[in-house]
This record gives sequence, C-alpha cells and structure tokens, in this order.
Amino acid sequence: MRITQGTFSFLPDLTDAQILAQLRYALAQGWAISIETTDDPHPRNCYWDMWGNPLFDLRDAAGVMQEVNACRRAHPNGYVRVNAFDSTRGFETTRLSFIVSRPSDEPGFALTRTEDAGRRIRYTIASYAAGAPEGRRYRSRDGDVG
Amino acid sequence: MRESAERYRSGVMPYAQMGYWDSDYEPKDTDVIAVFRITPQEGVDPVEAAAAVAGESSTATWTVVWTDRLTACERYRAKAYRVDAVPGSAGQYFAYIAYELDLFEEGSIANLTASIIGNVFGFKPLKALRLEDMRIPVAYLKTFQGPPTGIVVERERLDKFGRPLLGATTKPKLGLSGKNYGRVVYEALKGGLDFVKDDENINSQPFMHWRDRFLYCMEAVNKASAATGEVKGHYLNVTAATMEDMYERADFAKELGSCIVMIDLVIGYTAIQSMAKWARRNDMILHLHRAGHSTYTRQKTHGVSFRVIAKWMRMAGVDHLHAGTIVGKLEGDPNVIQGIYSVCRDAVTAKNLQQGLFFDQDWAGLRKLMPVASGGIHAGQMHQLIGYLGEDVVLQFGGGTIGHPMGIQAGATANRVALEAMILARNEGRDLWAEGPQILADAAKWCAPLDAALKTWKDVSFDYASTDTADFVPTATTA
Repeated sequence: MRITQGTFSFLPDLTDAQILAQLRYALAQGWAISIETTDDPHPRNCYWDMWGNPLFDLRDAAGVMQEVNACRRAHPNGYVRVNAFDSTRGFETTRLSFIVSRPSDEPGFALTRTEDAGRRIRYTIASYAAGAPEGRRYRSRDGDVG
Repeated sequence: MRESAERYRSGVMPYAQMGYWDSDYEPKDTDVIAVFRITPQEGVDPVEAAAAVAGESSTATWTVVWTDRLTACERYRAKAYRVDAVPGSAGQYFAYIAYELDLFEEGSIANLTASIIGNVFGFKPLKALRLEDMRIPVAYLKTFQGPPTGIVVERERLDKFGRPLLGATTKPKLGLSGKNYGRVVYEALKGGLDFVKDDENINSQPFMHWRDRFLYCMEAVNKASAATGEVKGHYLNVTAATMEDMYERADFAKELGSCIVMIDLVIGYTAIQSMAKWARRNDMILHLHRAGHSTYTRQKTHGVSFRVIAKWMRMAGVDHLHAGTIVGKLEGDPNVIQGIYSVCRDAVTAKNLQQGLFFDQDWAGLRKLMPVASGGIHAGQMHQLIGYLGEDVVLQFGGGTIGHPMGIQAGATANRVALEAMILARNEGRDLWAEGPQILADAAKWCAPLDAALKTWKDVSFDYASTDTADFVPTATTA
C-alpha cells in the first residue's frame, strides 16, 4: 500500500525541483519550515520526531533543501515530511505538510475488530511495521535497516 | 413636560415621530446594527417605513402606550438612522437600524432573531422586506460559544493541511439499505476522499434505521482509514424529531468513534445551539446542512440573506456550513458567495459592498468555520473552485464521485489527484485561471480515473443568472 497522508501523496513522488518550488512558496508566505521523520506512521501519530527545531530563521529554500537531504540520508528507509508553520493570528498552525521520502516497502495497517454488545465493534488500527522495535521497522528492498 | 404629554397622548402617531427615526444617531460600538432592504407600499414614505421596522423589531406597537413611561424607553427604542435608495432598483431602500445591546439575551440566537425578524416581515405598509446584513458588536459576540472545533483544530485533528478537504454525499440519497450504504462510504473514502456525508433527509426511514446506518458507516470509515493510513470520517446525520432523539443518536455516534456528526438547519436555532454545546463537550466536529434556507434567502426583495444566516451560524456554533459553489448547480453569484465565505473564515471581515458586506465585523476570536461547497461540481472545475473558494473549504463531489464510469473509488481518486495537482501548481506560481485545464490534462495523462472524469463531465456547466446578486458595482475612476 501507499500511505496517503500529507498534501501531495496522490501525486507521483515529488522531484527535488518540485520540493524546492514548494519550499519557496512556503517561505514566500512567511511560514517557518520544519522537517520531521518517523517509522511509526499511524494516522493518529501526530508527533513525528523533529529533525532539529523549526527553521524559523532560515529563509533560503536551497538551505532548507540541504536540511531535507540530510534528514533523508539519516533515515533512508523512514518517512520524512516537510511542514510549514504559520504564526499569524487566526492560524497559528501548520499550513502545508507533505511527505518527501518514504520506505520502498510499505506494509500498511492491520484493522482489528473486537465484537461488543449490540453489534458494536471496537476498531484498532495497528501498523504491521511498528510491531518491531524503533529503528528496525522498515527495510529497504536490498535488506538495509533504516 | 408639555412635550412629553403630547408624545404620550393616546392615539396613533407615525413611528418616525415616536422616536424610531433619528438621522443624527451615531451607532455605539456596542449596538447591534441591521441593514434591511425595504420596499414600501405605494405612497409610504421610506423614512416612515424604516422607522416602522425599527419600532416593530424593538419596543413599539401600532399605537401610543403610556406604559413606555415606566421604562428608559428612549434607550430601548431601535433607531433607524439612515435610508439609502438601492442602486438600480426603484422603490427599494436600504434602511440602517441600530439596537441597544440590552435588548438581547446573552448567547441566544433565538432571542436575537425573535426581535430582528420576529414580527416585521408581515408588516402591511411594506410590500417586501429583506434582512441584508448585520454588525454584531464584540460585546455580544463574546457571549456566544461559536464553532465547537473550528478550521484550525479540525485540520489538526484530521492531520490534513494545505489543501481543501474532499467529501461526497452518498447517492441515491434515499432507499439504500445500511449495508449497501456503507459500501458507497467505504469505496469513496478508500479512493481518496476525506469525508463522506449523509444527505439532509436521511434520518431513520423504513429502508434503513439510523443505528444500522451508523454501524455500517463506521465499519467503512475504519476500514478505509486502515487501507490508506489517513484519518477519515463520515458525517452521521443525527437530525431527528426531538432533542432527546438527537442526543441519543449523537451519543451513539460518539460511542462508535465517529469524529463528526451532522444536523440540518431545519431543526431550528435553539436545537443547533444545543448540539453545538454537545459537540464542544464531546470533541466532535459539527456539520450543518442548510436544508430549507432557499425558502427565505434566495429572492432579493424578501427574506433573510444567507450572509446573515452564516453570521448567526458562526455565533450559534457549527464547524461546517454549506455556503455555495459558484460553479455548481445551486444558486451562487461569485461576489455574494465570496462575501459569505469571508463571514465564515475571517478573523476580521472588512466592509465590502460589492460582496454584500455592509459593515466591518470583528469576530472577537470566535473560531472560524469551514465552508462547504456542494452541489453539481466535478473534477474538471478544480481550478475554478480553488481560484474562487481558496483552500479552507470542503469540496463535495457527490455525483462527481459516485457517477464515475470506472466506479466510486476511481471517482474519488480522480478528484483527489485533480485537487493535489492543482494545489501543487498553484504553489509553484502557475496561473490557475489560464492554465487550469492544461494542469488537469497533464495529470490525466498518468491518472486514468481523472482522464475518464474529464471526458465524462467536460461539457457540464450550470450557467443561469443568479437571483441573489450584489447591488453595488465598482465605478470606474480615473487613475
């Protein structure tokens, strides 16, 4: 399967040039970019690991791209996403968030059903990969752990 | 003293002379202000007609009463203070009326509307009357809860940023069994939509009782969430005959883990406010379908404009409000619709006569509500939808998803790909109005469902003249 979180997951994986164009757009809006990574992409996992603090003072898209690439190199088989944060009143929230790299193999999620009274069912979603300890959850197709 | 004796002599006196017209009145920051479009009967002076509206919507009756003198009546009298001819519409006038804040109970739309639209709309000296806009003072807004969730928190809960949300209404809207209904929900969510929606008139009918619908829909939501790794939702319509029934249905939706419930405008303002409080208490997003509104919002001369309804709904506290599509099958002049979207989404709405906004409106920190564009829209219009409506909106493609020739999942995928491709291109600085069709065509080269959608609906548009249009047009000025 392909996890479709983020603003652009239904498109083919973005090229570096496309990522740069989005970074330029976000910076032009005055937003701060942050980079996050995880190997536990559960839909309710809202706290991915931060790749350092948000880059409040880095206003140069090429510089941000270097950070993106450093994070990708450090997590070749994990998920990496770029967020853009808007601090203006009425927003004060993420305005754009898209995945820039993902494991080559995404096993997806199991849906567990627990039957309850009155035909109710309790649903639990669990990532197949997250059954393994952190850092050993995704392997590239050639067997590397990321 | 003699003056007062004259004023309160028993009998009938023009409203203007009774104190309901004051051309020198300067509205206070705490006044509620309403602007009405009045169409007086032949021979009725527009100022007297405006004063009559002020009188009948505040303290007056048809004749002088001495009991006024037991009160601070001059303070409680609404004051018509300005009457302007409507540009281009002979016999119609905009009447501005200011209301003292103490005339209204805190936090009650029912009380506000019982005054403002309570008696006056059947008043004989007027041929027609329309409430065009209102300025709600910050002091009054602060007594309302507002949207239980709001755009910002909704997006954070759903983990969806940077693009409009995508929805669809299950079709056919009536007749499906619970199991078949849930099938449509699952297919649409798995294919790429964020939400599916009950329609306004699906409650608990012989073909599908509400509990059955809720159970099958939640199976669909959870299954689609596991299949995509995304948070998904289905607006479970809890509209019912009594508040007790609605609470029972809403509690069941919560127990099943739904993130959102839905109500219809026809349940009434008080019921809406009750559900808003329930939703805030239970961490639920509250979707409002504006069923019935066109009976009083559509015609320009009589009724209540939808921008006023939108203001009331932001105060009453709903998170989603159907607010027009511009390009779809339902009424919608671009200027008027954009004005309504501003009412839903701004922190401070600026006066904009061309969009029908007569006042600056500071929303005083009341959360923003997500407008919903629904009715006769399809993937081929994506550039226009984003161009007109922006990104904080739910785009609902019902027929445009379920009627897709390759199936419901393909229909959903076509819409999602069209949306993401268009947002990507917009952010890259491309001109959506000029290049939109090309952006869609390029994406269709690698996305067969989008290609099929564009071919199926390429000639569908709804070009009819709007009835609810702006009265003010920009005048050319020399540079």
